[in-house]
Parts: sequence; C-alpha cells; structure tokens
Amino acid sequence: MKKILFAVAAIATMTLFTTALAADPLADAFAGKLKGKTVTMSGPFTDNDAVKFNDSVKDFTAKTGITIEYEGSKEFEASISIRVDGGNAPDIVDFPQPGLLAGFVKKGKVLDLNKMLDVTKLKANYIQSWLDMGTMPGPDGKSIMAGLWARANVKGIVWYNKKEFDKAGYKVPTTWAELTKLQDQIKKDGDAPWAIGIESGAATGWSATDWTEQLMLRTTSLQNYDKWVAGTLKFNSPEVRKAIQTWSDIWFTNGNVYGGRKSIPTTSFGDAPKVMFETPPKAWLHDQGSFITSFFPNGLTPGVDYDFFNLPAINATYGAPLEVGGDIYAMFNDRPEVRAAMQYFGTAASLKSWVQAGGALAPQKDVDVSWYTNYVDQKLGTMLRDAKALRFDASDLMPGAVGAGSFWRGMTSYVSGSMTLDQAVKDIDASWPGAR
Amino acid sequence: MSSFPMAAPEKAGIKYLKLSLLFVAAVVVLAGGFVFLKEYKDSKLLLILFAVVWGVGSTILLYTVLNAVAETFPRKVRTWVLPLVFAGPALVLLVWFLVLPTVRTLGLSFFDETSTKFVGLDNYFYAFTNPTMLESFGNNLLWLFFGTAGTVVLGLLIAVLADRSPWEAGFKALIFLPMAISFVGAGVIWKFIYAYKGEGIADIGLLNAVVVAFGGTSQAWLQLPIWNNFLLIVIMIWLQTGYAMVILSSAIKNIPEEHLEAARIDGASEFQIFFRIIIPSILGSIITVTTTIVIFSLKLFDIVRVMTGGNFGTNVVANQFYVEQFTFGSTGHASAIAIVLLVAIVPVLIYNLRQFAERKAFA
Repeated sequence: MKKILFAVAAIATMTLFTTALAADPLADAFAGKLKGKTVTMSGPFTDNDAVKFNDSVKDFTAKTGITIEYEGSKEFEASISIRVDGGNAPDIVDFPQPGLLAGFVKKGKVLDLNKMLDVTKLKANYIQSWLDMGTMPGPDGKSIMAGLWARANVKGIVWYNKKEFDKAGYKVPTTWAELTKLQDQIKKDGDAPWAIGIESGAATGWSATDWTEQLMLRTTSLQNYDKWVAGTLKFNSPEVRKAIQTWSDIWFTNGNVYGGRKSIPTTSFGDAPKVMFETPPKAWLHDQGSFITSFFPNGLTPGVDYDFFNLPAINATYGAPLEVGGDIYAMFNDRPEVRAAMQYFGTAASLKSWVQAGGALAPQKDVDVSWYTNYVDQKLGTMLRDAKALRFDASDLMPGAVGAGSFWRGMTSYVSGSMTLDQAVKDIDASWPGAR
Repeated sequence: MSSFPMAAPEKAGIKYLKLSLLFVAAVVVLAGGFVFLKEYKDSKLLLILFAVVWGVGSTILLYTVLNAVAETFPRKVRTWVLPLVFAGPALVLLVWFLVLPTVRTLGLSFFDETSTKFVGLDNYFYAFTNPTMLESFGNNLLWLFFGTAGTVVLGLLIAVLADRSPWEAGFKALIFLPMAISFVGAGVIWKFIYAYKGEGIADIGLLNAVVVAFGGTSQAWLQLPIWNNFLLIVIMIWLQTGYAMVILSSAIKNIPEEHLEAARIDGASEFQIFFRIIIPSILGSIITVTTTIVIFSLKLFDIVRVMTGGNFGTNVVANQFYVEQFTFGSTGHASAIAIVLLVAIVPVLIYNLRQFAERKAFA
C-alpha cells in the first residue's frame, strides 16, 4: 500500500514538474514571485574576479529580489568534491573546466537541465558546440545536459605587429595557402615568420599542446577531437600524428622560427612574442591565447600597434574552429529560484557588467558586442559569437598524467629532438592511466 | 616528633595545589595562545612578536611545569619519568610528523590514485617499469656517482692545497660561499650561465660566451642529451664542495704534525704522505662526508625542477614523485616512488649515523 501511495505521489510530483516546465522560471522571477529567496553558488573566482561576478548578478537581484550568495575558493577543486560527496552541494556550481563536472555527472549528482529549464530558449542562444560540450553521460550512460556555459575565453589566435605588418605590405592570410605564401614572403624579406617559445618552467611544453589542439580542429572532425580527449583516439593515430606533423613542419623548417628549432624549448612563452615589437621586428607572427597581451611591451595600442586573426582553415570540411576555455555552470539543487537563476545565466545579460569591466567573453548568442569596452575583447567576442564550431582546450580535459604531464613532456622532447614523433606519441599513449 | 608527620601532608598539600594551579595556568597559556594566533588578524607585527614570545615562552613553561610535576614523584619513578618528560614532546612530534606519514605513505602505496581501491604491488611494478622512472633511476645513479665523487674529491683537494697556502682562510671562504645559496637560487644563477637564445641571436649565457670566444658555436646546453645531466651535477658540486672541504680540512688539521714529519724524515714523497698518511688518518671523515652527499644526491629535486623541470632526459626520482603527486594527483604512484626512495636512502642513512656516532659527533 505504502509503495503504491509513494508511486502515486511520485507520479503526481512529476506531472507537477512537467507542468511547471511549460512556464519559464525566469518569467516568474521577473514578476517578483520569488522575492526574498536565496541561491547559493560556489566557484573558483576570488579577489577581483569575485567582485566582478558579484557586480554582474546585482542586476538580477534588483529585478527579481533573489539573492545570489557566491562563495569563491582558491582550493575550489578540493572543497567542491567534499561538499558534493557530503550531500551538502551549493545550488549552482561554477566549474572552470568541464572535466571535474563530468565526474559528478557520472556519479548522478547533477540535475539534467533538459528537465529543469526552458531548453528551447537555451538552444536558441548557444551554437551547437557549446551545447555539445555541456552534454555529458550520466550514471546510466544516457547523456544529460549537465551545464551551461556562462563565460568564455579564446585560446589560440595569431598575433601580429599591425603597424609594421601594414608597412611591409603583408596581408592577413585567410587560407592556409595564403599563410604559407606569407611565410615564404617574410623569409624572402630576410626575417623569421614565427616567434615561438614553449619554455614555462616545470610546465614547459603546454604551448605546443595548444598548437596540437588547433591543428587537430583543422585537420580532422570534431568527433575525432572528442574521441582524442576521451582517450579512445590514440596519440599514435594518423589523425593526431598529422596534426602534430603539421605544426612541426612549420616549426622545424629552417628559417621559419626566430632563433631556430633549438631555441623553442629554451624561450619562455612570455618572452617569445616580444621580438615582434622590436624595431625592426625580428619575427612577425605569434600564436597564443588572449592573455598574452599582458606580456607585450607597455604602451601598445590594440588595433593600432597589434592585431590578431584566427589561424586559417586547412581543409574546408573542418573549417577553423576556435579553441576556447571557459566556465560551465551546473545545477545541484532544484528550487524555483535556482531554476530562475540558471535560466538567467543562459542569457548574455547575466554577464553584461563583467563584459563591460573586461576580462570575460560571452558565449551566448544574444550578446551585444557594443558592451565590450576594449578592442581585443570586442573582436574576440565577435569571433566567438560568429563561430561555427569550437572546442575546449583538450589538454585541460585529459587526465592530469597526460594533459599536464606526458603531453607537455612528449611535445618538448619532440621539439628538442631527444625523441622522434613516433617515440613521443607512443610514450604519451603509454602514460594514459590504465594503459599498460 | 609528633608534629612532623602532621605538617608534611599539609605542606605537600600546598605544593600539590601550587603545582596543579601551575599546570592549569600552563594549559591556559598554551591553548589561549593558540586560539589567539588563530583568531587575531589586525596587526601582523604584533602577531609575529606574540608568536615568537609565546612559542619560546610556552616551551619553557611546558618543560618547567612537567619537570616540577616529575620532581614530586618518588625517586624510583622519577628516574624513568624524567627522560620521558624531556624527550616525550619531541618523540610525539617525531611520531606524528615523520613516523605516521611514513606508515601512511607505505599504506597508500598499495592503493590506486583515489586511495580507495587496493591494487597490491601495481604501483611498485609501475615504479620499476615506467620508462620515465627508469630514466630517472639512471640519472640518479649519475648524480650518485659523479656528484658525490666530484664533491668529495674536489673538497679534499682544496682542503689539502689550502692547508699549505698563506691565504687559506680567503680561499676557503670563497669555496664555502655557495653553501649559503639555496638550491633554487643556484638554479636561477646557473640558468643564466647555461642560457641559450637561438641561432643568430646575441647570447647572454656565460658558458656560450666562453665557447664562442674560443671559436666554437653556441649550444642549447640544457638540451644536450647526457651532457645536460653533467651540467646539472656541476651545480651540486659547486654548492656542496664547501661542505666537504670544511669537514675534511678540520680532519686534516687534526693529524699530528709528528706523523708527517716522521714520514718526511724517512724520505716519503708528498704523494706518499698524502695517500699513505693523510687519507688513512681522515678516512672516517671522508666516509661521513661521502654518505651525506650520497643522501643529498639520492633525494635531489630542486636543481632539476628549476633548471629543466625534468625535461630533455634529466628527470630524477624525487621530481617524478613530486609530479605524480601534485600534478597528476596519482597518490598511489607517488607513494610507491617515495617508499622506493626511502628504502634506497635508509641503509646509507644508518651507515652515516654510525659514522657520526663513532666520531662522537653527538657526544
């Protein structure tokens, strides 16, 4: 009898939820129906970022009366596991990379946004790649929408000294053939086309992994990229080898890199681009994430002294997907005010003040690029909004032993010549946890 | 006569009361200071001053009180309570911070990276078959042999030669100076010495400047297979020769002058004196220095970490252990490697301590 009652109750609740689904939770919140409620949130933003985050949700609190209590921690990765496993999860958790979230999804701790939010609106506001990257397999193997992307940054783009570039009569390449031609032209003019350095202390080699990822995205399908991240497509596969071969053909060719191949592992990633701004420039192109501008010499004006472009496509089928990083928000407790907040985070409005303050790019389609107050953010934000496809930095998603270990080390050994490509990829495959 | 037995318990009563009051006061000071340090946040300077005064003061207080308590026991009990009172706190800390972690590490080395699944000897299998680990073992052997030999031979040579120089103090001070530099600091210094900028770029590295001045071409030194290991070992020799020199020098000075004189009168050459008299006389010191440097080179970490991060074939066991634990989060592997390292060091350590004891270094 009890069981039947329970079942009836369960069905009743489920019907209630399904009817609730029809309504947009955010509409109720804006109508003031959830006034005085609190949503708890936890994430890795501290200091300045925490201030920017709190500013960005002030508008939401003013309009709905819902308070968002944000708790940031530098030990986020350790503390969140303790809280979730202890059954004491915050309502919404901000993950700086999706790998950790995937673990909680597999354990069945994360709510499926398909059942919580107005998904039609979400789907209309993100390009497919973001939705793909928020979809993860649950404990039963069925995929759920585990999170939505709330903040993004762009990893690999090609920087150049715009003033000198224009003066020399060079054109920004839009195809791989044009890039090759530009390289040849620069060499003919007596300079090195590329400024490259992968030295980063104990983390030496990570810049080479970013190159590998960008070329994976340009020489094979997104599905293969995902398989590679998951470990089912080996490093020692024609696809991955081709991606590495493509960048090493550029790096290892005489005259292509300032200082030559041997200087790449000893040049710090932060020092590498500086030679582009010497007079006259010693090298002309530098591939790196947008953070690199803080390593540029002081007093340069973006858009005037330097500019950037996306590494061109090699194959029309695959195009030139962007390599990105970002924050994904996941929902752990179901209450109307939590649904409302999550739905809100799916709109660019939730990021407006942060975008204006600088330091965040909006992954949502409804972003107004005029919000961006600096040249670099605006151009990147536009690239992001108009991107056809994108993927998360693969090395950040792989197990630590690979993504922060053998992948770095393997690429470094390959560049320095202490390993052949064949040895390097086999070495990385052997280090994958569980491989023997 | 009759009043004495009456008075004694009364006196003893006051004494016990005083003691227990003192004991309570000590506990209050200890606990109160701890709470204060935890809660107080305003002035950093005051905090530091308090920590110093409280730290030293409460240690004295603790020993005084415990000693006073122990003094009240009958003589027979006292003889074994007193050493316990004085060595006890140190022993507790030793067990807590050294023995327990070691036991725990040993335990964890039989579990997987989540420390929940028992995997038997898998982690040890990994430690002895993984190519990176094998490379590290090989490099550690290089460090062990060449690092130790270089340091001891150079130290001995300088000690003997400086012994006969009028500027002995000056020479020894120069050689000893690097001892004051941390391994990480030395790494930074030597990074500039080995610096390589690239083909066609003006070099800033000292070594390349020398090579180029003699007509050679500049090299990316830290990427040269095998040689880069030796270039790193040179740094340790530079740092540690001073230590070997100081110990060996003092041993040489302890050799009775008559022995040397007698040998000279008998017509022994200086080489004979060195190999037949000096070396045998200071053998004990040489062994002590050697074992100490051996331990240094086995657990060597900082230089490799700072200079190459273990890249270009220069990895060592201690660096791999660090990376496994703190970068890969692979506690099982890291624990197994740590235990292997410990097992390798312990015999040397015991031998080293025995030598120290024989030379009455602790007496």
